[in-house]
Parts: sequence; structure tokens; C-alpha cells
Amino acid sequence: MGLVVSAIAFLFAVAVAGAVARRLPQAPTVVYGGTAGACALIALWAAVRLAGGGPDAALVLPVGLPWIQAHLRADALSAVFLMVVNIGGITASLFGWGYERAHHDRHGGSHGGSHGGTQDGPVLPLYPLFLAGMNMVLIAADAFTFLLSWEFMSLASWLLVLSTHREPETPKAARLYIIMASFGTACLLLAFGVLATAHGDYSFAAIRAHAPAAGAAALVVVLILLGAGSKAGLVPLHVWLPLAHPAAPSHVSALMSGVMTKVAVYAMIRVLFDLLGEPEWWWGGVTMGFGALTAVMGVLYALMQDDVKRLLAYSTVENIGAIVIALGLALVFKAAHTPVIAALALAAALLHVVNHSLFKSLLFFAAGAMLTATGSRDLNRLGGLIHRMPTTAVLALIGAAAISALPPLNGFVGEWLLFQAILNAPALSAWSLKIEIAVVGAALALATALAGACFVRLYGIAFLGRPRSRAAGEAVEVGRAMRLGMAVPAVLCVVLGVLPTPLIRLFEPALRLLVEAGPFDGRAYQPWFWLAPTSAIGNSYNGLIMLVVIALLSVVLVLGIHRKASDRVRWSIPWGCGFDGPDPAAVTQYTASSFGQPIRRAFGSTVFRARDHVDMPAPGDTRPARLSVTWTDPAWVVVVEPPARAVGWLAEKANRLQFMTIRRYLTLMFLALVVLLVMVAVTQR
Amino acid sequence: MSDLGYDAAHMLGAVVLLMSFALLYQRRLFSLLNVFTMQALALTATAAWQAYSHGEPHLYITALLTLVLKAILIPVALHRIVVKMKIHRTIEPALGIGLTMVAGVSLVTLSILLVLPVTADATALTRENLALSLSVVLLGLLMMISRRNAVSQVVGFMSIENGLILAAVGVAGMPLVVEMSVAFSVMVAFIIFGIFLFHIRERFDTLDMQKIESFRGESD
Repeated sequence: MGLVVSAIAFLFAVAVAGAVARRLPQAPTVVYGGTAGACALIALWAAVRLAGGGPDAALVLPVGLPWIQAHLRADALSAVFLMVVNIGGITASLFGWGYERAHHDRHGGSHGGSHGGTQDGPVLPLYPLFLAGMNMVLIAADAFTFLLSWEFMSLASWLLVLSTHREPETPKAARLYIIMASFGTACLLLAFGVLATAHGDYSFAAIRAHAPAAGAAALVVVLILLGAGSKAGLVPLHVWLPLAHPAAPSHVSALMSGVMTKVAVYAMIRVLFDLLGEPEWWWGGVTMGFGALTAVMGVLYALMQDDVKRLLAYSTVENIGAIVIALGLALVFKAAHTPVIAALALAAALLHVVNHSLFKSLLFFAAGAMLTATGSRDLNRLGGLIHRMPTTAVLALIGAAAISALPPLNGFVGEWLLFQAILNAPALSAWSLKIEIAVVGAALALATALAGACFVRLYGIAFLGRPRSRAAGEAVEVGRAMRLGMAVPAVLCVVLGVLPTPLIRLFEPALRLLVEAGPFDGRAYQPWFWLAPTSAIGNSYNGLIMLVVIALLSVVLVLGIHRKASDRVRWSIPWGCGFDGPDPAAVTQYTASSFGQPIRRAFGSTVFRARDHVDMPAPGDTRPARLSVTWTDPAWVVVVEPPARAVGWLAEKANRLQFMTIRRYLTLMFLALVVLLVMVAVTQR
Repeated sequence: MSDLGYDAAHMLGAVVLLMSFALLYQRRLFSLLNVFTMQALALTATAAWQAYSHGEPHLYITALLTLVLKAILIPVALHRIVVKMKIHRTIEPALGIGLTMVAGVSLVTLSILLVLPVTADATALTRENLALSLSVVLLGLLMMISRRNAVSQVVGFMSIENGLILAAVGVAGMPLVVEMSVAFSVMVAFIIFGIFLFHIRERFDTLDMQKIESFRGESD
């Protein structure tokens, strides 16, 4: 524990060093190197703690409010998330170091159109602070420290978003983010207030010892879903996420999307499974319902985006939905006293947390690499990058396949486990839950399939085909540090996909802590290469067999295609509408929008009220025909606009207070005084 | 403490309160100033009586300060201002006299209801004195908001200070420093008010707040 605390203190020292020596050329090396070192230390500690077991590490620091102090404690659950956060921190530091240097070299060159340039604002001092804040949330063991760290994390990430303040969209994104972050923290504050009301002790140990009454517990569940859900990006509280996450520099986007949302998931697990005691069945039902809504809506949003980083942010929303579905299932099964199935669902949730942190970081890094190479993150200005950036293309392909849940990669294992838990629905007694789980399962299947389409679109448009802009045609492969930063999560994606069992074994202490069972309980024979959970209805997964089969099939496929397709003479039309011509912008290619059109027509016309408008010039008119697509965001209409209107209305009304006469001000003060005095007089008797 | 001491102190405090009520229904500036002078005299008498009956000589200083500042200096100065500036000598109440009196009586009831239960363990004199002075303060505030004329607002402010001094002399053991500082703050406030009155007058040619307010683009 001392090690973790000193590593966090070291992060603060690195931040100070970064602030002082910001202008020095070695500053990025020091900051990113120091951050990676500290993160590696904490991740190692967490892994050893999980593998070796042992008692929980706890520490009470004599800081903070005098009668509370700062309670720190790292149990198995904290250790799992410490591992996730800090592995993300290591890869992001590695990538960020290269990213910062690449953008530094470009400084003074063609900076126009480059999104997420890091010269704009101070990233260096804030980056270690952001990681320190996330680590502090995970080891906090009293409500005060937790909320303080939570807010620290939010503010650090907010400042990181603001570091690109010269981009036209950033101020709006940052403003919405700070409003939603404050709203979330307020909800968490109220939740902990309710939890601690009965005994007035804010330490987690005391809250755990006194389970709240049913009404209070229900209130806490709702507040946690609002507070942590708004940070994680649960629909319809996700509105800030696709604006704020892409606005930050790419390695910070990766951290925010891949890691910070996981800290919110940690908050949900900590309160719902640990602090609230025995759950009731409807908690899981509500959680699951929101998860399903989030998963489907998230991927539908993602399919309509042309901005690479925004697409990835919406895909984060979808993945959070999947994780939250798994959490809801675990709650339901825990309430139904079938702990082994609950352990399976929770293992699926934790595995998906790890997986998503890996492949989402990887994909954001890839987006950063594209941004560095081409200066654009608009899909319709990319294309053909597989020839110019082969390493990035291969690594991004691994990420895209993993997030689309293709075997033998880690995304598949996570979804597979989750579906095993869903298939256990008949073990429940309540019919409403059985039906709900069936519906949720269908929604998740839909979301998974659409995610596949979404990433085929992303990869196909960005890396295949021909360059859609001069910049994409002249792209050069990014530096070694950035490639290494992408390679580490890519390798982990493959390894975890082929051999997931050791990782799930690492989760076991956390699962025993939360649902008092492990996913492999009651199995005598459990080899390390074979994933066969007890309650998987006889199903099992072997990544090695999968790997070999897929490798063989791929070879057969590639040979077949070459034999049948590559050797054949290809005929081309002489007047090919410029497709084969010298125009680098090959405008007649399939675009991102055209790829998304069928799905936009099928789903978007009802959900998003998406409409295609064709502006066809009259015969003889020389102007080009135009197709424009309009759509409205239902969450925006529901969540953002009514409060904004209400605030505007109130401000309008309150504005009149500015222009009153002195006598009226005096009257108001006098009346306030009299009312207070009356209240005192009344309450005294 | 003798019964006489209690009765006399009680009566003097009641006179101060009575004068506050009298302030509320004055329609002319000069009679307003006269009533204010009388309130200050009653306050002086209260302070002197407390000094005598409790044997606390420093209250004589309070009495003297009140006499010189509030009963002589300020009324005379306000008198001169009114004459010199040729201020219209009637006061337009923003609230009807009858309504003001009803409000004043309810304020007194409120302060009695408020103070008596709070100070259950204090002596009877302290309790009633506090109730009286709180009433005077509240009535002063009421006067400030129910009159449109700037001079009458100044007088209302001064009568709030009277209420504070009444509280200060009634509570045994209040150090002299507090009273001195209250007296000086009154003095400073008076000077500031005087300067403001001159400036307002110079600018707007009137001291009627209703007319001044119309200069802000707003009217009452």
C-alpha cells in the first residue's frame, strides 16, 4: 500500500516537474517516462496482490477533514481496476511521448486543420495528475476521499480537454463536460450522504457494516446510476462524452475513453455490490435495461459518425452498455442466490472492462496516428492508409477485430462469457426477469452485430481503398514510440483472446469478495488453456484451437482468393469517372456516409429522425446535385435542451433583481429578516 | 436591585419604543426630527439611569455621547440641511399610516415572542430590554422602507442605531469600547449620509427617492 501511495506521490512530483520544465526539450521524456514508471509500479503491485492473495492493504493518512482523515484501502476489486488503469497509463504514456514529439516537430509547419495538437495548452503537468486522480479514486476507502479524488480526476480531465481550446468545438464540449461532471458528482455526494445518514460515519467500513433501509437503498441505486452513469456514458446521460473525449489529445482521449469510464464502472460495482449489502432483484433489472439501451443506441450513434475519434467515443458508450448489462445480470443472479452464475456475469463484466480498456486505447492511438500522419480525423478525408502506414494498419486491424468480438481475440471472450450468463436466465424464478433478459440478450446481439458493421466501416474507409485527400495520399508511418504504444495493447488483445483463463483466475479474489463465489467453483479439472465456467451449460472455449483453425482457414482463404481473383485479367472502363485517374481525391469512391446509409435508413429514420435531402438541379443547370443528411439526437432533445431552457428562463426572471430600487432591496432584506425571525420564534416552542 | 430601578428602566425603554412608533406616523420633516431628538433624549435618560442604578460610571459616557451626538448634533445638522436645501417638508409615505402602524405592532409582537423564550434564564430587565431594543431596530427598518424621502431614511437608520445602543446599555457588562465604536460608526454614517445628500441634491435637484429612482430608467 505504501508503494501505491508513494507511486501516486511520485506522479504529483512528475506533474510539478512537468509544470516547471514545460519549455525544455526533455520535458516530455521526463513526464511520460516518469508517469509510465509509476504506472508500471502500481500495475505490478496490483498483479502481485491478485496472484498472491493476502490481506487487504490499508492505510489511514492524517490529512483531509480532521474528524474523518483519509482512509485508503486496496482490496481485490481495487487491484483489478488498478491494473486496468495503470496498464492503460503505461501504453498511453508510451504513445503520448511519441505523439507529443511528432506534434512538436510539426510545430511551425502546417498546423492548420490538425486537431488535438498538443502545443495549445499545457498537457504535460496535467497528464500525471489525471492518472493520479484515477488511482486515488480506486484506493479511497471513505466517502470524502472518494469524492475528492473523483472530482480531482474530473477536473484534471476537463483541463486536458481544454488544452485544445483553440479548436472551434472544444469550448462547447468542455462546458457541457463540466456541467455533466458536476451533476454526476452531486449525485454521488447525495448517494454517499444517504448511505452515511444512519450513523454519520463516512468510512466505507462503517457504511458496509450498516446496510441502509430499503427506501434509502433504492434512492442510492438511482443516484449511483445517475452519478457514475453520467461519467461512464449511460444513455441518455452520455451527451457530453462524444464531444469531450475526442476533443482531448489522442493519448488523453484513449485514457478518458478506455480508462476513466472504467473508474465510473468501479464506482458502480463498489456501491452496488459492496457497500449496499444484499441486492434486490429490481436493481439488476433497471441496470440491465439501461445497459441494453446504452449498447444499442451507442452503436447506432457510432454508425452515423464521420469523425474517427467521435465514432470511437460513441463505441465506448456501446461497450459501457455491454459492461453495465453484465453488472445488471450479476446483481440479478446475486439477488436470486445463485452466486456461481453471478460470478460468471461479474467475471464477464471485469473481463470486458479489461478488454475494452485495451482495444479502445489501441483504436484511439490508431486515430491519433492517423491524425499525426494526415492532419485529419474526418473519415471522408482518409483512405488507402494501409499502403502508407502498414504497421498502424495491422495494429488497427487487430483493434477493430477485437472490438467487433471476432475470435480468437479478447473481445470475443468477453462477449462469449456475457452470453453464457444471459443463457442462464431460466435459472431465475421471476418471469418478468426471464423475459427482460431475453430482450436484453437480443439487444446485445444486435449491438454486437452493428458494432461489427461499424468497425468494418471505420477500417474499410480509413485504411482501404484510395486516398480521399492529398494529405492521406502523402501520409507517412508514425514514429517508433507511437507504434510501440499501439503494439503493446494489440499483443495483449491477442494473448488475452487465446489464453483468457489466467486473467479470469486473477479476478477470482475480487469475485469472491463481491458475490462470494468464483466462476469455476465445483469444477475438478480446470486447465489453464481451457475456459469452461461451471455454469456455462456445458459450453467451453479454447483459444488455442480457435487460433489454429482460424489461421488455417485464413491461409486457405488467402490462397483461394489469389488463385481465383488476383491472377485474372481485370478489365476497366476507359472513361472510369476518374476512379483510376490521377486525381488523388478519388471522389467517386464509396464514402463513410454511403457505407452507413442502409443502417441509417433502417434504424436512424425512427430513432434519430434521420432524413436524406436530395437537391437536384433542374436540367441545364450547371451546379452539382447535393445529398445532405440531417438527424437529431433524441438524448440531446430530452436531456440537454429542457434544463438549458429552464436555466435560461430562470436567469431571465432573476435578471429583474438587478434593476430594483433601493427601497425594494431594503424591503427584500427586511422581509427576509422578518421571515427568519418568525421561523426562529415558531421553531422554539 | 430595587423595584424602582427596574420600573424606571422599563419605562424609559418603553418611551424609546414609543418614540419609534411616533417616528412612523410623522408627516413633516421637522416634526420627524423633533421626535427623533426626543427618542435620543429618552435613550440618554435610559443610559444615565442604568449608570446610576447599576453603579457603572462608564455608562455616563455613553449617555453623554448619545446626548451630544444624537440629541443635539445630528438633529441640528439635519435641520440645517433641510433648511439650506429647501427640501419639500412633507413626507410621502410609500405605505399608508394605518398599515404601517399595524405592521409596527406586529413587529413588536414578533420580537417579544422571539426574545422572551430565548432568554428564559436571564433577568427580567435584560429580557424586556432586549425585546424593546429589537422592536426599535425592526421599527427603524420599517421606517426606512416605508418612506420615500432620503432624510427620513437617514432618520430611520439613526433610530436603528438607537435600538442597538438601547440593547447595549441594558445588558450588564457591555464594555465601553463597544458603545464607543457604535457611537463613532453612527457619526461616520451620518457624515457619509450628509455628503450623499448633498451630492444627490446637486445632481438631481431633489431628495425624493421616487424621482431619483426614475433616473435609473426604473420607477416604483
